[in-house]
Amino acid sequence: MNMNQKNTINGILFILPWIVGFLAFTAYPLVSSFYYSLTDYDIINAPVFVGFDNYKQLFTGDSLFYKTLGNTLYMIFVGLTVITLVTLVVAILLNNRKIKGLSFFRAVFFLPTLVPFVILSILWIWVLQPDSGVVNTILGWLGIDGPGWFASPTWSKPAFILMGIWGAGGSIIIYLAGLQGIPESLYEAAAIDGASAFGKVFHITIPMLRPVILFNVITGIIGTFQSFAEAFIITEGGPDGSTTFYSLYLYQNAFQYAKMGYASAMAWILLVIALAFTLLLFKVSNRFGSDE
Amino acid sequence: MSGHVRSYPTSAGITPSKVRSRKRTERLELAVVYAILILFALAFILPFLWLVLGSFKSSTELFANPPVWLPSRLHWENYATGFTEFPFLLYLRNTLLIAAVNIVGAVVSNTMIAYGFSRIDWKYRDGVFVLVLATMMLPFQVTMIPLFILFQKLGWIGTFLPLMVPAFFGNPYFIFLLRQFFVGIPKELSQSAKVDGASEFRIYWQMIVPLSMPVVTTVMIFSFTHAWGDFIGPLVFLSDNKLYTLSLGIQQIMSENDPRWPLLLAVGVSMTLPVIVIFFLLQKYFIQGITFSGIKG
Repeated sequence: MNMNQKNTINGILFILPWIVGFLAFTAYPLVSSFYYSLTDYDIINAPVFVGFDNYKQLFTGDSLFYKTLGNTLYMIFVGLTVITLVTLVVAILLNNRKIKGLSFFRAVFFLPTLVPFVILSILWIWVLQPDSGVVNTILGWLGIDGPGWFASPTWSKPAFILMGIWGAGGSIIIYLAGLQGIPESLYEAAAIDGASAFGKVFHITIPMLRPVILFNVITGIIGTFQSFAEAFIITEGGPDGSTTFYSLYLYQNAFQYAKMGYASAMAWILLVIALAFTLLLFKVSNRFGSDE
Repeated sequence: MSGHVRSYPTSAGITPSKVRSRKRTERLELAVVYAILILFALAFILPFLWLVLGSFKSSTELFANPPVWLPSRLHWENYATGFTEFPFLLYLRNTLLIAAVNIVGAVVSNTMIAYGFSRIDWKYRDGVFVLVLATMMLPFQVTMIPLFILFQKLGWIGTFLPLMVPAFFGNPYFIFLLRQFFVGIPKELSQSAKVDGASEFRIYWQMIVPLSMPVVTTVMIFSFTHAWGDFIGPLVFLSDNKLYTLSLGIQQIMSENDPRWPLLLAVGVSMTLPVIVIFFLLQKYFIQGITFSGIKG
């Protein structure tokens, strides 16, 4: 046996746990999920083959499906945009050598990401109570009559966006690390050319940070499609379906209405969406090349 | 001569009044930046404060309108009752058990797999690694239903196994993190060990893993915080309420009619505190793990 063969055998032996896990917990579920998506299956009785009926029903006969898609797209176009802007602004402000207490600020912004989903939900139910919550109290001081938040079809999604901002400390940390990698000499050159603070942000910071922003936005889009726990715990999709997001509706179909086949069709549509964005990520980021 | 003299006024003109005014604008700018940052920081701290204050309030104070900021006295009994009224200790034990097994599984499997993807040269290695990265973004909901059906057929639903066994078969994010670190360890170290007759497994276990303790620690921390806070996994796979984790147990109590909110808030604070303590003790590993995942590229 030559060196190459020996290395190949060793290499495969070392990654064997991954191979087994990939086949059992990823590849097999993906394939069987596609099969289930072509059936009517309620878990108790054997699956009945129905062809592409589930997909047809989703796209042509289920207005709630479109509503969940709309809700999810709202969270991407409005929510993710706002979250990206806020986290970028905070990171850019923090990236100033003259600022003292960087590690204090970093800790403050990161801590919320450590709060478990269930506690996060309890906390925000209380913070956004229409009558006795702290946010509406402060709005009241400013003379603003605070909305019903989770109880209002108009304000329920903005409420989740507020939660999203509060939990986005990870992005601030990532942006900050990216900002610290931008060479100081670029800013010095711009200062000599008389660039303003805003000029520096738009002509140096944003272009240099583009790959990191793209990475965060793309993973954020996939993350929004997956987000489940908060809406399940706080609103159960209400009021008036305004917070029935994609993954919540998928879960409800599977485990509350026992429509495993129908939910599997939704899972496959989600797979296609996630795959498309993953490919996009591969394209825009050279991090997924052969080596670092 | 006169030209020479004329070249001075500009620089002489800058000092000292213009420098002073430039310094003043700079100081003003800095003040504005501080003001915005402190405002944001307050907004981030406020919900925490509200949770902690709430956990010491009585029911009436909690629902008071207009709201009561400070409780009339500290209702410590919310904590005492919270621990005894809910099966808090049982849920805590279940959660810790799952977390411990997940940490062991994550360290053992992912270090091995990452070693195979970085320290050994073999033909299809980098092609297979792309597949690992591709699965990194796979939403849990895509595989959730078939996994539930599979675990049900195996008789695992209603046991801890669905939340423990997969940990022993690698996690793409951890593999990526470890591999990045392993790649940076000089090749010569392995080569000289091989000359001395060490097997690949010995190099992995006695050399590479001990050298990689910082990133192994990061893996252990993330594995813990994930198991600690996971909600959808326990929700889908645990059907027996004796097996509930803290997350699932608290949610079930919340969804009851008229839950006792002060107790829930107290339990909430108790469940968040350990993670925050771990963060302050091991801050640099957290930051390392987060930046590593988002930046290399």
